[in-house]
Amino acid sequence: MTANYETREHDVLIIGAGGAGLRAALEALAQGASVGVVCKSLLGKAHTVMAEGGIAAAMANVDPADNWKTHFRDTMRGGKFLNNWRMAQLHAQEAPDRVRELEQWGALFDRTEDGAILQRAFGGHTFKRLCHVGDRTGLEMIRTLQDRGVHQGIDVYMECTVTRLLTDGGRVAGAFAYWRETGRLIVFKAKSIVIATGGIGKAWRVTSNSWEYTGDGMALACEAGAELMDMEFVQFHPTGMVWPPGVQGILVTEAVRGEGGILRNKVGERFMERYDPKRMELSTRDVVARSIYTEVKEGRGTEHGGAYLDISHKPAEYVKKKLPSMYHQFKELADVDITKGPMEVGPTCHYMMGGVRVDAETAQSTVPGLFAAGEAAAGLHGSNRLGGNSLSDLLVFGRRAGLAAADHAKRVAAPSLDNAQIEQAEKELLAPFSNTGTESPYAVHRDLQEVMQNLVGIYRTQEDLKKALLDLEKLKARAAKASVEGSRLFNPGWHLSYDLKSMLIVSEAVTLSALARTESRGAHSRIDYPNADPVWEKKNNIIVHEGGEMKRRESPVPEMPPDLKQILAEDKA
Amino acid sequence: MMKEATLRVFRGDSKGGQTVDYRVPIAPGMVVLDALHYIQGHLAPDLAVRWNCKAGKCGSCSAEVNGRPRLTCKTRMDDLPVDQPITVLPMKSFPRIKDLVTDVSWNYRVNRKIPAFEPRPGVEWKISQLDVDRVQEFRKCIECFLCQNVCHVLREHDKMEQFAGPRFFVRIAGLEMHPLDGRDRAGLLKDQLGIGFCNITKCCTEVCPEEIRITDNAIIPLKERVVDEFYDPLTMLFRKFRGDKVQSV
Amino acid sequence: MADSPPVLPESRLGSTLRRDSWWVEIIPVVVVLGGFGIYATLRAFEGTYYSWGPYISPFYSPLIDPQHHWWPFSPALLILLGPLGFRATCYYYRKAYYRAFFLDPPACAVGEPANRKYRGETAFPFILQNVHRYFLYLAVLFLIFLWKDAFRSFFFDSRFGVGVGSIVLTLNVALLTLYTFSCHSLRHLAGGKLDCFSCASFGRARFSTWRGVSLLNERHMLFAWSSLISVGFADFYVRMVACGAIHDLRLL
Ligand SMILES: Cc1cc2nc3c(=O)[nH]c(=O)nc-3n(C[C@H](O)[C@H](O)[C@H](O)COP(=O)(O)OP(=O)(O)OC[C@H]3O[C@@H](n4cnc5c(N)ncnc54)[C@H](O)[C@@H]3O)c2cc1C
Ligand code: SF4
Ligand code: SF4
Ligand code: FES
Ligand code: FES
Repeated sequence: MTANYETREHDVLIIGAGGAGLRAALEALAQGASVGVVCKSLLGKAHTVMAEGGIAAAMANVDPADNWKTHFRDTMRGGKFLNNWRMAQLHAQEAPDRVRELEQWGALFDRTEDGAILQRAFGGHTFKRLCHVGDRTGLEMIRTLQDRGVHQGIDVYMECTVTRLLTDGGRVAGAFAYWRETGRLIVFKAKSIVIATGGIGKAWRVTSNSWEYTGDGMALACEAGAELMDMEFVQFHPTGMVWPPGVQGILVTEAVRGEGGILRNKVGERFMERYDPKRMELSTRDVVARSIYTEVKEGRGTEHGGAYLDISHKPAEYVKKKLPSMYHQFKELADVDITKGPMEVGPTCHYMMGGVRVDAETAQSTVPGLFAAGEAAAGLHGSNRLGGNSLSDLLVFGRRAGLAAADHAKRVAAPSLDNAQIEQAEKELLAPFSNTGTESPYAVHRDLQEVMQNLVGIYRTQEDLKKALLDLEKLKARAAKASVEGSRLFNPGWHLSYDLKSMLIVSEAVTLSALARTESRGAHSRIDYPNADPVWEKKNNIIVHEGGEMKRRESPVPEMPPDLKQILAEDKA
Repeated sequence: MMKEATLRVFRGDSKGGQTVDYRVPIAPGMVVLDALHYIQGHLAPDLAVRWNCKAGKCGSCSAEVNGRPRLTCKTRMDDLPVDQPITVLPMKSFPRIKDLVTDVSWNYRVNRKIPAFEPRPGVEWKISQLDVDRVQEFRKCIECFLCQNVCHVLREHDKMEQFAGPRFFVRIAGLEMHPLDGRDRAGLLKDQLGIGFCNITKCCTEVCPEEIRITDNAIIPLKERVVDEFYDPLTMLFRKFRGDKVQSV
Repeated sequence: MADSPPVLPESRLGSTLRRDSWWVEIIPVVVVLGGFGIYATLRAFEGTYYSWGPYISPFYSPLIDPQHHWWPFSPALLILLGPLGFRATCYYYRKAYYRAFFLDPPACAVGEPANRKYRGETAFPFILQNVHRYFLYLAVLFLIFLWKDAFRSFFFDSRFGVGVGSIVLTLNVALLTLYTFSCHSLRHLAGGKLDCFSCASFGRARFSTWRGVSLLNERHMLFAWSSLISVGFADFYVRMVACGAIHDLRLL
């Protein structure tokens, strides 16, 4: 049954066509590699398109005092020093060039008076640092990369899902995938593979993420032998929509607060004065999310269980110009005119700080030839990401991954594909069609979301996490039995049954890591361990897949050189 | 009792199909895409629908609701009459794949024909907001292809080979009016992308969820630029005198 | 989960699943444009009753060879070609009549008559629409005459005065001016053709002009209809006064 698939060969195969994947593809192409990009949805629809607020880069166009050192310090502080210092340094140093590059490829950012790229304030950033295009920065970025890619000659495999990485004696050899449209199978042979598959938010009920965010890349890498890191750090964005129910979780960009939005509780109190009087609304996301959560828990929430976010004190024209899509989003979906009244907002699962553990310089994972960049990779953000640091992350490390992947492909001989692995992958993928039970993948997914939402949310306890692990075991058993109706032609039920597998893997990794980290740090808050623990400041949680089982290890946080320590010590504000 | 609506959804593939009615409970603020998800989750797990953001940002969920091309994630159920079935059909102008999913790959092929941004030699990277404003309107496009779907040149006359469609006029407008772009795409517009087929009847503008004023701000100005280069004897003469190179692409 | 009848009928005129009455959009266009066409044709051939006192009908101004030295027909025929060409090639009217008269398309997402060869504006005759800007130049010229007429309409036997006709003529030329200055071609020539306002010579000034025309341009449709009605009415008024059917009311 092995001839059931077509085969394609590339030097570098990139899984994911978001900012990270496309930037990697462009770089690998520039190095002369033959590049294929696979993505689950249509080109240009990846999550990056939804990014709103901006790209963080210390260009110092608005605040001349800004420089990479301050950006580095902000990033490390935001991540509570769990970040990989080298990644944070490279990121801060290279981001401005990456942004300029985008501009030279045709992106048009909002401008300052003297014609430079305009930058706005964002939570946790000392200076005005976010280069933006109104509130649709991600769209501008992905379109720019996409159009450039198309003209440089990248082969894009759209609506094609990778379900397994193929290995050849410990290094990557290719990937097994299916076309979503037809259900046909395809095998890629590649010397290097870059994982740029984004996050995992779809395992939670209230999330700003789309169906694509099922953690495929992390699950694929983990199964192929790579290490995952920092999986306990899931960012809950403080401001998602809470009403009406259909739109619950949809993001309200931090740019609303960046442009001067004020948070209030039911009784009209500006509650951030109590939680972070210095930075107020522009505190880091973990702090603001917890503050809103606490307000609601203590009975000071709004009618639908959120907080009020108000920008209506700014002139209506200004709001419409700076936050056009927020204006429309609320007007059309919630019947609220944000130039006249407040929005109701509450925390929503948003971003995954953890992911594939990679080398800072090359973005290579612990498996030779396997690279990872963007949200799917770990390290840069530590325990909490600052707004705007993701888009810059995509560009900086997307480029580095593409460069290193092309370089790796030049140096190694062609791998050989193992038929047994392919057959195994095919059997697994098609299993739901031969399952006969009545278990529906949709039902399992709904229940998984409840478990993660209720037991592995913003505040965690040992008891909840232990229960979550047990529940996940049961869900795994149910998922294995899930059956699907219909044919292989564009069948979402079938698609979900594979996505479920990834979600279950990453959910377990998150829960295991969260259980082990007996402290509160950044996005990880334990009610039973409410304080930061200096011992845990020196350790990352590592997840590996060994002998068919998920294992957790600890690994020391890399020691920072003295000159960087010096930067952190400066201005102890 | 909970309020219910009937959705009459196309089920079928490239070979044919029919509409099927589904009863769906209505929640406050619900959009058509929510209703389709309800059908997937409870009634027909293999109902094929494209979507990503559910917030009107990615342009994946286009379909025809009660005969009107719409983003299903931005079409509120409470704006539709629920006393009759709500028809949800795939976009008509593109080949059907399955249910509400159509083959939009033609659009990606057209896009390849358009020469990318190329800065004028020796430009300084200073750009004034005044020049950016006009172009940013075009850059808002989320590629939902609703304008392509509704445009009668494609929908009724199937001019896929000769005509690029409004979406790509929007894209070209963004390039042509980019303050630093040095290329000239007027010849391409006239000859290969068939801007002359557009009879400015504005259906594209009517459906654009991003409220881009496609006809007034992109197509007509481009038509005027084509006139400058190919139909207006005075400007043509003037260009010759000045020695403008008409580097058609 | 009942199966229900077939999907969309094959494309033919009027096939749609739209629930609204899409045809109400085109009816007023057919009525007003058609009515105006008939009226203007009749009036053009009439060749008389085009002036009274200080008033002259916009259909006949500037008056050319009223004594028929070299032009044997109604002088209006010479004049009307200008405005007719201007309006016929106007981007807005093109939309209106392609939809209402050519059913190309009758309305959005509504079927067209089947099996028609469609060439849009790529071939004769509609390729001629590309000369619109020359009609614009002509229209500006006409405006000068019409403003002069409007000015004159305030002088009865060289004494200042205001009649209803003075107001009708002035209002008409004002609307015609708004219509002309909201023209898409003008918008292009005024500055739309520039790629970079901040780099061009007189860039700022051209930007402001372009923005001004753009603001008017957003209401081009409004001006197109109101000026069409006003010009028809102005002619009608002058005719009625000239043939003695009504008496011009002197206000001042
Ligand atoms: C609403 C919202 C607003 C945001 N705003 C900002 C902001 O203002 N600033 C900021 O810095 N960050 C922001 N972020 C975060 C940022 O947008 C994301 O972290 C970032 O876009 C992730 O990019 P990526 O390239 O890693 O992945 P993505 O852009 O998500 O791309 C993932 C790609 O992988 C593909 N893929 C996944 N699995 C598979 C598989 N199995 N097989 C094949 N392909 C696969 C997908 O199809 C997709 O193409 C925001 C996020 C959201 C949700
Ligand atoms: S205005 Fe032109 S491009 Fe737009 S729908 Fe009409 S014919 Fe098509
Ligand atoms: S121009 Fe508007 S309608 Fe057309 S694809 Fe873009 S967003 Fe959609
Ligand atoms: S799902 Fe993204 S636009 Fe509707
Ligand atoms: S576009 Fe209507 S008059 Fe020129």
